[in-house]
Amino acid sequence: MIEIRDLKKKYPSGQEALKGVNLEVHNNEVIALIGPSGAGKSTLIRCINRLVEPTSGQVLIDGKDITSLNTSELRKQRKKIGMIFQEYALVDRLTVMENVLSGRLGYTGFWKSLFRKFPSEDISKAYALLERVGLSDYVDSRADQLSGGQRQRVGIARALMQDPTLLLVDEPTASLDPKTSRQVMRLIIELVQEHKLACIINIHDVILAKQFAQRIIGLQAGQVVYEGKSDDLDTNVLTKIYGEEDWNVKKKDSNSDDSEEDDAQDIFSLGEK
Amino acid sequence: METQKTWKKKPRIKNVFLRYGLLVLILAYLIIAGSEINIDPARIAKGWSRMGSLFSGFFHPDFSSRGKYIVIGVFESLTMTILSSLLSTFLSIPIALGSSRNLVPKWVYLICRTLLMLIRSFHAVVMGIIFVIMFGYGPFAGVITLMLNSIGFIGKLLAEDIENISSEQIEAIKATGANWFQVVAYGVWPQISTRFIGLSIYRADISFRQSTVIGIVGAGGIGTVLNTAMNRYDYNTAGAILLVIIVLVLVTEYISSNVRRRIV
Ligand SMILES: Nc1ncnc2c1ncn2[C@@H]1O[C@H](COP(=O)(O)OP(=O)(O)OP(=O)(O)O)[C@@H](O)[C@H]1O
Ligand SMILES: [Mg+2]
Repeated sequence: MIEIRDLKKKYPSGQEALKGVNLEVHNNEVIALIGPSGAGKSTLIRCINRLVEPTSGQVLIDGKDITSLNTSELRKQRKKIGMIFQEYALVDRLTVMENVLSGRLGYTGFWKSLFRKFPSEDISKAYALLERVGLSDYVDSRADQLSGGQRQRVGIARALMQDPTLLLVDEPTASLDPKTSRQVMRLIIELVQEHKLACIINIHDVILAKQFAQRIIGLQAGQVVYEGKSDDLDTNVLTKIYGEEDWNVKKKDSNSDDSEEDDAQDIFSLGEK
Repeated sequence: METQKTWKKKPRIKNVFLRYGLLVLILAYLIIAGSEINIDPARIAKGWSRMGSLFSGFFHPDFSSRGKYIVIGVFESLTMTILSSLLSTFLSIPIALGSSRNLVPKWVYLICRTLLMLIRSFHAVVMGIIFVIMFGYGPFAGVITLMLNSIGFIGKLLAEDIENISSEQIEAIKATGANWFQVVAYGVWPQISTRFIGLSIYRADISFRQSTVIGIVGAGGIGTVLNTAMNRYDYNTAGAILLVIIVLVLVTEYISSNVRRRIV
């Protein structure tokens, strides 16, 4: 279980990205972090594995405070936290296999990893994961030769190679087309359930958030302004998180002007009949 | 409202007096500085005639009378180049990593950058003179000179490249729980390796050319042989040596650019 207590982050530029965030994530739970651009979603996620150093507050993972660890303890803790990035963050010049195996670096000695001498369990695990994400044919391709969707699958495989207990996902679909977005989200959620992980997904697409997460956290200007089950997410909540906006989607081809209401749907009912 | 029809780029120095004043000052400096250089026509005329004998030496090169020394000199220069290149290739990596703001704590960065700056502030010839004084005449001083010069060159350029690599890829490797060396091996090295190899080969090529120059101050190699020949007014041997140097420089440049093109 992850408990975040009064977490604050002030960047050296003076920007207060987090102003005292409290949050709990249970095992086997998928929560979606939504909120306007600049709300501090990425900062929050990065404070959990300390890619960003929090200014004050605590992040407890199974009772252990991440913020007080020294570098070697931090490395040990990071092994258990997988991360998936918006721009995939694969090492372009390395092959798909090397990228996936890099998920095992925390478990492997320097010289062994330098000469790519990973234990055979790791190798078979990597093959199995690549099969699972549908990239068996690309094992030896260089990462920069793949499409966006394929790269994100490699990113997912790399994160799962770590045998994580927690998965941090920072806008996994923001650079993907709608269909690929859905497939990638579904894949992440399936894998989270298969491996019984806790998962924090930071996502702009509220429809995907509602569909795939159990709980929604709304962040605005560094503060939690909403917390609730994803079923409760509606246009009122969106207004609360993002501010006033017309959330209705008008049908363009309405040729009759008898009833405006019938043609207008809010974004959550888009495509539903 | 009338729309404006003309537009001019704003001058970089707004103040008119300052703008033209600076120009006048620069011109005045050039005139004064130019008059300081004493141009002595008689000396130039003498130089022309020496130039003539040097050139005639060029066209009647004498490879044989001091041939043994030429061969030894060439091999010494090549050995100096290869040895110093190998050493600097290995040594420039840690100093480049240490000089990259995005990889090391500030104090390491400052130490490494200062070291690089010190190395780079000496020209190869000045360094050659210093090491000849320290270690005596001969190729050892030359190797040290070339090595330090190469470290300065590769270290600086490589550090600049490392500071510009994608930080996301490094973060992703860090996030797996990798240690610093693994972050370098998996996150940094793949992003700079081709550039590093290209730089090293290019630098080896420069080192060979420098090895001929630092020989003149006594740091070994073909340059020393050339210097001896010049001092004896043996322009025919000097011409032969210059020809050998030109051919070798062309050959190494051809090889180096070809290898680099193939890698990148
Ligand atoms: N490295 C940094 N240095 C200084 N300020 C930063 C840094 N990273 C983020 N910020 C600032 O902190 C605030 C929160 O940024 P953050 O990236 O966490 O927002 P976000 O919710 O992820 O936004 P988006 O949805 O656009 O990704 C922003 O105002 C941003 O300008
Ligand atoms: Mg973000």
